[in-house]
Amino acid sequence: MLYRQRLAWGALALLLAATVGVAQEPIRPDPVRSGRDFQAPETRAMQDDDGANPGMLWVARGRALWDEAVGAARRSCASCHGRADETMRGVAAQYPRVDPSSGRLLNLELRIQQCRGERQDAPVPRFESDELLALTAYVAHQSRGMPVAVSVDGAARPFFDAGRAAYFQRIGQLNLACTHCHDANWGRMLRGDRLSQGHGNAYPAYRLDWQAVGSLQRRLRFCNTGVRAEPHPFGAAEYVALELYLAWRAKGLTVESPAVRR
Amino acid sequence: MRSRLVVAGFLAGAALAASAWAAEDAQNEPLTGVPGDAARGRAVVLSRTLGNCLLCHALPVPTERFQGDIGPSLAGVGSRLSAGQMRYRIVDSTRLNPDTIMPAYHRAEGAVRVAGPFRGRPVLTAQEVEDVVAYLLTLRE
Repeated sequence: MLYRQRLAWGALALLLAATVGVAQEPIRPDPVRSGRDFQAPETRAMQDDDGANPGMLWVARGRALWDEAVGAARRSCASCHGRADETMRGVAAQYPRVDPSSGRLLNLELRIQQCRGERQDAPVPRFESDELLALTAYVAHQSRGMPVAVSVDGAARPFFDAGRAAYFQRIGQLNLACTHCHDANWGRMLRGDRLSQGHGNAYPAYRLDWQAVGSLQRRLRFCNTGVRAEPHPFGAAEYVALELYLAWRAKGLTVESPAVRR
Repeated sequence: MRSRLVVAGFLAGAALAASAWAAEDAQNEPLTGVPGDAARGRAVVLSRTLGNCLLCHALPVPTERFQGDIGPSLAGVGSRLSAGQMRYRIVDSTRLNPDTIMPAYHRAEGAVRVAGPFRGRPVLTAQEVEDVVAYLLTLRE
């Protein structure tokens, strides 16, 4: 009798755990599709032609900045890293990643800021400044065509879990989470726009509505504002963790930066 | 034996409660004493800052070019749902489906990280909800 009783409670507990746990399970879209597939043909054509892609202007500026000696140390990126087309190949595909010295999760922008401040003894470029966007786009561009390949194990695990929780958290007056649009409804029309799967592999990207290159966090802030939520400041740990979850979700896609989006 | 009965009773109770919860899908009592105004409701539905319903739903309004298809079309909704059923869905549709993408339009509690100007306020006032219901009731097939 006792045994059966235990069985019944066990089954009930399992049922409850399953019901509560469902929304928190990490989900990868199937099939995985880049945001590129949701753009108008002209926008895709613009991305595919480096001569027409305005994002390449930021890449060119980044290339020049890479070799420029800065700060009290009069050191350029190249002083330590050499040729970016050799040493930076595949690097952006692994970001965000945990910085072993501080234990913090860094995205590419934060990593470049760290180099500028700590290793080059130079002023730290502000978020969304031309300097930071250009360097980020230049480094990201070295991984173009390479598969997104972040680590979510070991030291990265707690950040991944936080990012996943943020992804499923309903926020704002409209009370929506990322999952409601980008898992459950991608491909459908939101007024005149087709909902994408919400991947970050385009970024830094040139957006036609910005008429400029911007970071993934700028795009996340725009989503937050859309659901009438208070956006986090640039560089907030919550956003970097969310970027890690997004990169995990994007498995099977390649880095497209600087992509072109509507 | 007794413990088994208790478990069975608990499960039966839970099932009953669940079915009662699922069966409720209407809120027949109006939110205000002022009857809804269909013309004002139409303006709320089409407004990009108030209802913004076209973001997700199609409506039989041919002058509006871009209409969403995330939710069901609202053409003929007045023949399918009663005023009480509409009110129930507009006020807080998570009561019908906890995972729904449809925002709760008249519930101020429970929202997280709401941006300053919207904090503590529902998306629509009680009267706006009544006006929207009045308009949707005119969409008959």
